[in-house]
Amino acid sequence: MEFFQRALIGGALIAITAPLMGLFLVLRRLAMIGDTLAHVSIAGVALGFLMNVYPVAVGLAFAIIGSFAIEALRRTYRTYAELSLAIIMSGGIALASLLFTMGKGFNQNANSYWFGSIYTLTYTDIWVIAGVTAIVLTMVLVHKKELFLLTFDEDAAAVSGLPVKYFNIMLSILTALVISAAIKIVGALLVSALLTIPAACSLALSRSFKQAVILVVVVGEIAVLAGLWIAGVGNLAPGGTIVLLLIGFLAVSVATSRIMRA
Amino acid sequence: MNGTASLQQEGCHQEIVRLDGVSFSYDSQPVLQDISFRIMERDFVGLIGSNGAGKTTLMRMIVGLTRPQKGSITLFGTPAGQFKDWNLIGYVPQRSHVNPLFPATVREVVLSGLYGRKKLFRRVSKEDASRCEDALAALKIENLADSRIGALSGGQQQRVFLARALINNPKLLILDEPLTGIDIETQHNFFQMIKHMHQRHNITFLMVSHDMDMVRSYLGQEPKERSGKLNFYVRHSHDLEDCQGTDLLHSLRKEG
Repeated sequence: MEFFQRALIGGALIAITAPLMGLFLVLRRLAMIGDTLAHVSIAGVALGFLMNVYPVAVGLAFAIIGSFAIEALRRTYRTYAELSLAIIMSGGIALASLLFTMGKGFNQNANSYWFGSIYTLTYTDIWVIAGVTAIVLTMVLVHKKELFLLTFDEDAAAVSGLPVKYFNIMLSILTALVISAAIKIVGALLVSALLTIPAACSLALSRSFKQAVILVVVVGEIAVLAGLWIAGVGNLAPGGTIVLLLIGFLAVSVATSRIMRA
Repeated sequence: MNGTASLQQEGCHQEIVRLDGVSFSYDSQPVLQDISFRIMERDFVGLIGSNGAGKTTLMRMIVGLTRPQKGSITLFGTPAGQFKDWNLIGYVPQRSHVNPLFPATVREVVLSGLYGRKKLFRRVSKEDASRCEDALAALKIENLADSRIGALSGGQQQRVFLARALINNPKLLILDEPLTGIDIETQHNFFQMIKHMHQRHNITFLMVSHDMDMVRSYLGQEPKERSGKLNFYVRHSHDLEDCQGTDLLHSLRKEG
């Protein structure tokens, strides 16, 4: 398989899951969690290089630990939810920079995780991304009713007897999975864009939850595939073209919703 | 105890909620102290108290969102910790709780009233969908079914949440400040509708409110019980011929 084909497959898969998880995060006002976990995950990637273990796997473990740490801190500082994100994020960056300077030899590789390097996806990477996509889609499809209620009104979900704690843990783990799988594609610095911008477009345009879910995936797919193509043709950084396209879509969505409401 | 005696007196009327010496405090600041109270089937209970009197805390405890630090709560005869039939309880949250930008239609919100523990791993059936239409019709919001929830007026949103709570045909309906933030006329209509449901249907109400006038007009001038800063106003409804369960949505709809 050509490197560009691998890039297309990896991109198309992550363009389903990242915007989908992002929609749940944005609706629960946790938009910044993507950025935080991406930076924690990068520290894991660096440790993976140091120990000579598959970096994405270590990044994944770090992201999961990071998401639980955020929850724990959030419970301590209940009214300052964003405080825990700021702390964990700077912790992640600090640890990553420390680990990266300890292994001076792999600066080249480090760049590929900060900025993404979709053209260097290996077969292992593709399998990991495919596995993550399968898990996320299964869980979201099986629990779409409960996730809707949990996101719309967490108290009502608890009153209906839903195991809210279990669902919150599930969402944290799924988010960590998606972020660590997405890092090599768009880069830790831009993961947050793929999580949040499709959700922002969709919030501006959709009337129903069903529409919102379909729209985030459509926006994500178009931006990733078109972004890859433009980057390939123009020899540009794919992470950059994808995110700039997303921002373009957002501008169009906001303008459209203003016109529709006027 | 007069518990058994009154159970016999009231025939098939069951004890719905029982609070025994319930206490709760936030960081050593006591909010509720030694509250004991019983809600019987077909009671309409108005829970009145000033801000900070612990109304919301007490209500959150009854629906299982908060656990009492002392005392016990019994729901439908089962200790709250072991209670599983949450579909018997309909809950209308404070409207300020809703995110106005949330992308959901009225129909999606009403249908979500069915998504409880018993519906885990099940699809939305045709029967569920038709219950949803019944609930929309019963509250006369069928023409709003495809509107975005955030685009509705306060009074309309309140009907949507009531429809969501009623879709399970609950035996106990809990309303948290349902009259706040809507205009007087809408408040009046909404309260009329609830009173009507109480008089004609087998349903028990617990309404948290600080609107004294409207509550007193229906529940009487004096509270049945006082506990700390909380006042419980109660009115019982006997008009129903029998205590057999009827499907609320169907009968509400027939009445038009």
